[in-house]
Amino acid sequence: MFAYLIRKLGVIAPTFFGVTLVAFVFIRLLPGDPVLLMAGERGMTEERHAKLMAEFGFDKPILVQYGVYIQDLFSGDFGTSIITKQPVFKEFFTLFPATMELSFVAICIAVFVGLPAGMIAATKRRSVFDHVVMTGALTGYSMPIFWWGLLLIIFFSGILGWTPVSGRISLLYYFEPVTGFMLIDSLLSGQSGAFKSALSHLILPSIVLATIPLAVIARQTRSAMLEVLSEDYVRTAKAKGLGRGRVIGMHALRNAMIPVITVIGLQVGVLFAGAILTETIFSWPGIGKWMVDSIFRRDYPSVQGGLLLIAAMVMIVNLVVDLLYGLINPQIRHRD
Amino acid sequence: MPLLEIKNLSVAFQTAGGMFTAVDKVSLNIDPGEIVSVVGESGSGKSVAMLALMGLLPWTAKVTADVLKFDGKDLTTISKKNLRSIIGKEMAMIFQEPMTSLNPCFTVGFQLSEALKIHFGMKRNERRERAIELLDQVGIPEPQKRLSAFPHQLSGGMNQRVMIAMAISCNPRLLIADEPTTALDVTIQAQILELLLKLQQEKQMSLVLITHDMGVVAETAERVVVQYAGQQVEKQNIKGLFTEPHHPYTAALLDSLPERAKTKKLPSILGVVPGQFDKPKGCLFAPRCKYATSLCTSTPPEPAGTDMGRALCHYPLKDGKPTNYPEQEEVA
Ligand SMILES: Nc1ncnc2c1ncn2[C@@H]1O[C@H](COP(=O)(O)OP(=O)(O)OP(=O)(O)O)[C@@H](O)[C@H]1O
Ligand SMILES: [Mg+2]
Repeated sequence: MFAYLIRKLGVIAPTFFGVTLVAFVFIRLLPGDPVLLMAGERGMTEERHAKLMAEFGFDKPILVQYGVYIQDLFSGDFGTSIITKQPVFKEFFTLFPATMELSFVAICIAVFVGLPAGMIAATKRRSVFDHVVMTGALTGYSMPIFWWGLLLIIFFSGILGWTPVSGRISLLYYFEPVTGFMLIDSLLSGQSGAFKSALSHLILPSIVLATIPLAVIARQTRSAMLEVLSEDYVRTAKAKGLGRGRVIGMHALRNAMIPVITVIGLQVGVLFAGAILTETIFSWPGIGKWMVDSIFRRDYPSVQGGLLLIAAMVMIVNLVVDLLYGLINPQIRHRD
Repeated sequence: MPLLEIKNLSVAFQTAGGMFTAVDKVSLNIDPGEIVSVVGESGSGKSVAMLALMGLLPWTAKVTADVLKFDGKDLTTISKKNLRSIIGKEMAMIFQEPMTSLNPCFTVGFQLSEALKIHFGMKRNERRERAIELLDQVGIPEPQKRLSAFPHQLSGGMNQRVMIAMAISCNPRLLIADEPTTALDVTIQAQILELLLKLQQEKQMSLVLITHDMGVVAETAERVVVQYAGQQVEKQNIKGLFTEPHHPYTAALLDSLPERAKTKKLPSILGVVPGQFDKPKGCLFAPRCKYATSLCTSTPPEPAGTDMGRALCHYPLKDGKPTNYPEQEEVA
């Protein structure tokens, strides 16, 4: 198990290096530079432009800039936003809880709905339920997030007026963040109605964000379950006279979970990508929206640092998933 | 009263190419404490027949039977719940593939004590004790340690011993062993077989031993059923079968035994068991039978009398010669 962990960590280091390179190069490939964008319509003189570029260090050769960037990284400096003049690291972790909360709720919805749906679909193969789940999953999977989000806003916020359109909580409430999770903080604040407001803000974006992972998890669970149900050991379990619940919920499910866990882990990466769109649609003040804004402002340090930190988060999650995988699958656990 | 009573059990599978009859009107009575062997080549429906009895076939299988009774209880009409209280407890089965028949995600101890929990409601430490006792009975060294092992940490032979321990854990009255040694090394095969026979003796269980090895049959069974392409082609007691086989298929199986070889080169039966798409119209064995006539290829035979081993043949053998056989010129 320990060797397994070390091997995983060995893969992470080069990946991390790759991310720094990609983040650094891609933002610079976009036309327009930050100083020009800051000036906006007014424009600015050649000298002032050159002076500002030099101030941020953008006048140096690109390799030197990269060298400085990496050197700073090694001393734990993720750069400073050229717009807000705040350390990128600090900005990231101020906004991160919002994204975390949204993603966490979304993955919970995806797992707690997708897993049972896929399981039941497999055990009732070719039933109406199975067809509904599979059609739903295919639709969900192929739906553009942007369009789906807008559709929900039009219906639930526009026509029915049930949910707010943007933000995390109504402006009527204010309290200091404790956990950073609005649902928990609103409860802790003790203000009546705060929790309900937070929940009504969260519900649509988390459904939108959960849609694709839910579809993927449901389909994967169904196919894994179908495969496992025809295994010899499931027949052995039945031959013992075990009830259906125990055969499916224990003997089959435990084995079917092995590929499903991997897929759930991969979905976390997808989730961060989805968060960028979802947060933009719902003006959710999280990492995704911040990244988009930073890209539009050509805030090089924020984009570079943000991407790197997002990558770090994804890798941490995948590491946790790998460990879980080892726990659930004894064959992996005993290999080393 | 027989412990197990099967009359005209048939199983048809729903397949992409239509219905496929894998088991065709099989009948079998088993008395308490008796050993019956079912022999036949791969694909002759031995496993399917027994799985049908246990209710373990997938939903694509359509099972019909005139009589299907265990201990006087009608298994065709029994409720699922009552069936579950019989299988695994009074009627247990050991499967062909020990390596895949145990769940890779659970320990040997857990899988071994499951049946004890649901059938007897044993407490945790009682189950543990019984599991150790069972592993010891099936000859697994250091049983305490093995309880926490996972199947992939044990050899095929060990896994099969665990399977046997699982099957006998509730002291079943009928044990069905489906080719319990086929997947194992030759040296291990004999040990496992010996173990099964020892347990059968000790516990006075009835034992159905499925095999395609005539040698195994000779060493173990009292009665033998020969199955071919889903049909029972001959039923005899062991002595009669070996001294005077009545069905040409049985005779051919015996001829292919090394110790009975008349020539240096072992004769093997040419061809294979017919499958879904090449089922002959008449006798199913006709395409491979050296005595086949035009009658054989056109009309399915009826079983002969008990004196002729109920051989499913138009010309059942007597003293190694077909009876009522047409004159040479009539042979197709
Ligand atoms: N689930 C299934 N669906 C369709 N056909 C099946 C299914 N299970 C078995 N069969 C077919 O039924 C026939 C009998 O199979 P069975 O497994 O009973 O043979 P067997 O006598 O046990 O052979 P072996 O010695 O290889 O175990 C075979 O032709 C097989 O292809
Ligand atoms: Mg078989």
